[in-house]
Amino acid sequence: MANKNIAQINNPILSLEDLKIAYDSSKYAVKGINAGIKKENITAIMGPSGCGKSTMLRAINRMHELYPGIRTEGQIKLNGEDILKMDTIAVRRKIGMVFQRPNPFPTMSIYDNVIAGFKLNGVKLKKAEKDEIVERSLLDVALWHEVKDTLHKKGTFLSGGQQQRLCIARALAFKPEVLLLDEPTSALDPIATSKIEDLLVKLKKNYTIVIVTHNMTQAARISDYSMFMYLGELVEYDKTKNMFTNPVDQRTEDYLTGRFG
Amino acid sequence: MSIALDFDNGSLVAKRKLKNSIFKVGMIILSILTVSPIVLIIYELIVKGFRQINIDFFTQNPPDTFEAMMAVSAGEVIPGGILNGLTGTLLMVLMASVIAIPVGIMIGIFLYENPGKIYSNIIRNLTEILQGVPSIVLGLIAYLWVVKPITGGYSALAGSVSLAIMMLPLIVRSTEESMKMIPDTLKEAAYALGVPYHRVVLKVLIPSSFGGLFTGILLAVSRVIGETAPLMLTTLGNPMVNWDITKPTSAMPLLIWEFYNDPNMVDLIWGTSLFLMIFILIINLISKQIAAKKKIN
Ligand SMILES: Nc1ncnc2c1ncn2[C@@H]1O[C@H](COP(=O)(O)OP(=O)(O)OP(=O)(O)O)[C@@H](O)[C@H]1O
Ligand SMILES: [Mg+2]
Repeated sequence: MANKNIAQINNPILSLEDLKIAYDSSKYAVKGINAGIKKENITAIMGPSGCGKSTMLRAINRMHELYPGIRTEGQIKLNGEDILKMDTIAVRRKIGMVFQRPNPFPTMSIYDNVIAGFKLNGVKLKKAEKDEIVERSLLDVALWHEVKDTLHKKGTFLSGGQQQRLCIARALAFKPEVLLLDEPTSALDPIATSKIEDLLVKLKKNYTIVIVTHNMTQAARISDYSMFMYLGELVEYDKTKNMFTNPVDQRTEDYLTGRFG
Repeated sequence: MSIALDFDNGSLVAKRKLKNSIFKVGMIILSILTVSPIVLIIYELIVKGFRQINIDFFTQNPPDTFEAMMAVSAGEVIPGGILNGLTGTLLMVLMASVIAIPVGIMIGIFLYENPGKIYSNIIRNLTEILQGVPSIVLGLIAYLWVVKPITGGYSALAGSVSLAIMMLPLIVRSTEESMKMIPDTLKEAAYALGVPYHRVVLKVLIPSSFGGLFTGILLAVSRVIGETAPLMLTTLGNPMVNWDITKPTSAMPLLIWEFYNDPNMVDLIWGTSLFLMIFILIINLISKQIAAKKKIN
């Protein structure tokens, strides 16, 4: 626990305690991570390909359990309560996730995509409530003014960047406490990317954001805290400013200066 | 260089050209041979059956032999139609679909969700074997399972069961194939919203693969709609329109067989065949259309 390279977070909203994950019995993809996540901040997770970033991120809303045979040890606490012991459905409503490729539901309109979480779960809402959620969520992702006249068109007609913002709106419709994003801009062009970065910075006023990124300048631009993972371990965790100006571990420095990864 | 010279050699070039054209002519002849049966069949059906297709054809039951004989000897169109066969086919294909579609889709989804498992492979192989079972054997099975113990005699229900067993492998297969086309990211999106498994299946997987499922169902329908052998053993036929599923019922292919056994009804054979053929063609065209549209998406 008392690793000098790992920042200690006071009153974390999320805390990972000795988290270990293995896809099969032979080896761990995540090897005992201890870290707290600060509320209403952006935390970036970096590290070379295959170091376990996605595995760890997916564990935080238990999406990793979709892989049969996966084993999880340790605890992940949301406001002190172990999510690994909670009902998966409740966990996923409190902790939203956005993926690398925009994935709006192709059979649904923009409007229905935003409230998909309610619709698919069979939650009945009044028209006024739905309208309110759709407008608020689309305003949150700065998409409202672009699509307010075409809400009943299919979500798949939008551009890649708009689709990704729609997917963020879909996750925000539940007003989750934490928003997880796994390389959300790696399939997008620079303009669409910077729009998403801007909105993440705005969203952190109300949401806690954890983002996996391969793009170091992105982490430097938007995140408050950064993690550097290597071979399933958390090597270094610090305020982003400190880590980028003064990395402690040699491996972090090598990664940040592009010497490997 | 000698190799270069060989390529420029005039007689060799001429030989190659000749070979090419022989090959081309051969291909054209073979293509014509392949296409001609279907063209000839349609031509034959139209020429011989066209006269019979009128309003009565769709609104009347078949005439008795005497009426037909009188019409034929007077050189007139045979009176009456195939209403009993039309309604019987409709009834039985509908009922077969009601049985085969949900079961087939569920099995297909099961196979898609458990692709590598041993029991999935066993089920997959068994459905393939089922597809190869001669339809008359399925008729015998339905006779054994339904005609004797359940309806106590020939019945539409028994006919539907035999048709449903025929439809099943096609629907299972098309369901599994069209589910495989759905990107995994879509399922992830639903799970990440906390949607439970059965709702992911009903609200995401089935709607997203609807085009493929529908195509498979149409192909299965067009496959069984002309089946005669299993119906002979299970529903027998009925000179009147029948909607009671526990009673013997007519069907279009059964009528063709009955008309064939009556020398006065020859024209009705062709009329019914023409109609059945056009019907199946249309179903096939619609399903191709849907499949093509699916591909573009
Ligand atoms: N479904 C799976 N089954 C088995 N092993 C897996 C599976 N997914 C990932 N792994 C393994 O787990 C380790 C961590 O993978 P993970 O996807 O978490 O890495 P990552 O840091 O997100 O990489 P990338 O930057 O390429 O996305 C890798 O060694 C990978 O091979
Ligand atoms: Mg990853």
